[in-house]
Amino acid sequence: MIKTDCLVIGGGPAGMSVALSASQNGSKVVLVERDEVLGGILNQCIHNGFGLHYFKEELTGPEFAYRFRKMVEKDKNITVLLNTLVTKIEDQKVEVVGSVGRETIQAKAVILAMGCRERTAANISLCGTRPMGIMTAGTAQKMVNIDGKMPGKDVVILGSGDIGLIMARRLTLEGAKVHAVLEINPTSSGLRRNIMQCLEDFDIPLLYRHTIFEVVGKDRVEGVYYGQVDENYQPIQSSKKFLPCDTVVLSVGLMPEMNLASFVPVSRVTNGAIVNEYYQTSKEWLFSCGNILHVHDLVDNVALEAQQVGKFASLYAQGKLPLQSKPIEVAHTKDFGYVLPSVVYEGEGEVEVKFRLKNKVVKKTIVAKCNGVVLDKKFVLAGVPGEMLKLSINKNGAVGKIELSVE
Amino acid sequence: MNKKKEMICIMCPMGCELTVEQVDGKIKVSGNTCNRGITFAEEELTSPKRMVTTSVKTEKGVKACKTTIPVPKDKVFEVVKEVEKLRLKSAKYGQIIIKNVLGTGADVIVTAND
Repeated sequence: MIKTDCLVIGGGPAGMSVALSASQNGSKVVLVERDEVLGGILNQCIHNGFGLHYFKEELTGPEFAYRFRKMVEKDKNITVLLNTLVTKIEDQKVEVVGSVGRETIQAKAVILAMGCRERTAANISLCGTRPMGIMTAGTAQKMVNIDGKMPGKDVVILGSGDIGLIMARRLTLEGAKVHAVLEINPTSSGLRRNIMQCLEDFDIPLLYRHTIFEVVGKDRVEGVYYGQVDENYQPIQSSKKFLPCDTVVLSVGLMPEMNLASFVPVSRVTNGAIVNEYYQTSKEWLFSCGNILHVHDLVDNVALEAQQVGKFASLYAQGKLPLQSKPIEVAHTKDFGYVLPSVVYEGEGEVEVKFRLKNKVVKKTIVAKCNGVVLDKKFVLAGVPGEMLKLSINKNGAVGKIELSVE
Repeated sequence: MNKKKEMICIMCPMGCELTVEQVDGKIKVSGNTCNRGITFAEEELTSPKRMVTTSVKTEKGVKACKTTIPVPKDKVFEVVKEVEKLRLKSAKYGQIIIKNVLGTGADVIVTAND
């Protein structure tokens, strides 16, 4: 049995950042990573655009990971277990298998930092056959950027999430022909700058309200029947066309990887655990941060969130986390997708809440109120659903319920 | 020469829809909500540049690499081809693998985390 103050599961940006923060706040940390190297998905995200907030310079994914990895490796209070898989979390005991053999790690605080998994063909009930050549954007990304192999020559991308857009460019640069990106929604969930840099730069068509009706092929993908959908997302059969291709890349959303902690309640909006002000789940010793909690817009925000959570987890492990006073519910109007955390506690000081808007707003004010009294507000020049926004709320005197609204 | 182009500003996540017109040498930008949109649109119309990120072959597989500064957009494919020609024994983080690639002033450096 290994004993530690804080156990971090996952060695991506969230895991490395939360481990560093827990250590800096005085805890002994064990960090468990199933891959052979720290960095997580950042290692295959070789494009740039990372680090502008955290490091104040523009980095690629592997560079961002490298800087964190070096800091973790220098930290004597962090023990990293690579090639090690967590098989079970039960109370404050975690079972692992891997480089240490089969072991049990006992920790005062356990932090979930396992990130997300991509939705697959099965998750979206993709119609047609299942030949070779259907893969998620992340799998295609790993093949090209880590393994140095091309998944195919003629590609159709379903879904216009950011990884799908990035892969449209990457596959094109490596010599494949990306025939189209099909998006079932009337708008893309990807950043518009990516639509411009990754699709428009290479004249790759982005077809809104279009989807794959059927994948065709026995051993290898031979093509797709695709076409338009109506307002109820039903295929319009008269628009059906055949597009020959050998590869179908899926970029259809991410799901927090909560299977190891399926015993705690999750939010129906974020699919991540429901957490309080200190990022504790329903089990007070179990914390959550990064993309396993909610899908972030930027890795910088993942690292910053994990930094906060590392402090809370470390304080908890040392028995110093403030005793919880009466809870205050953090609610929101219909203008928001979600607000997190959903519970804060009565007392003094400021608490940061994160939120996503449901629709684009221009020149509006986000207001936090308690019993009609304005606690804090923030002017937003332009807010889009793809962007994660924050508001610092002074909770002095607040009781019962805080509600966020757009005015 | 008169040019007109519609583009999305990539300076921040807001993604303003810009219209850029060049009439008798003068550039006129509309649709922007801040001044950064003007700077972006001007460069995008006259000499668009892009960072290139790709991977280089080594004896053990491939390693991620990038240009140190953005290169002219019409050179992006050629830069990727230049990197593809290389077969390195090994590649270390930060190592320069091509100096001043295609005379663009940009070096290609290894970014892989290992």
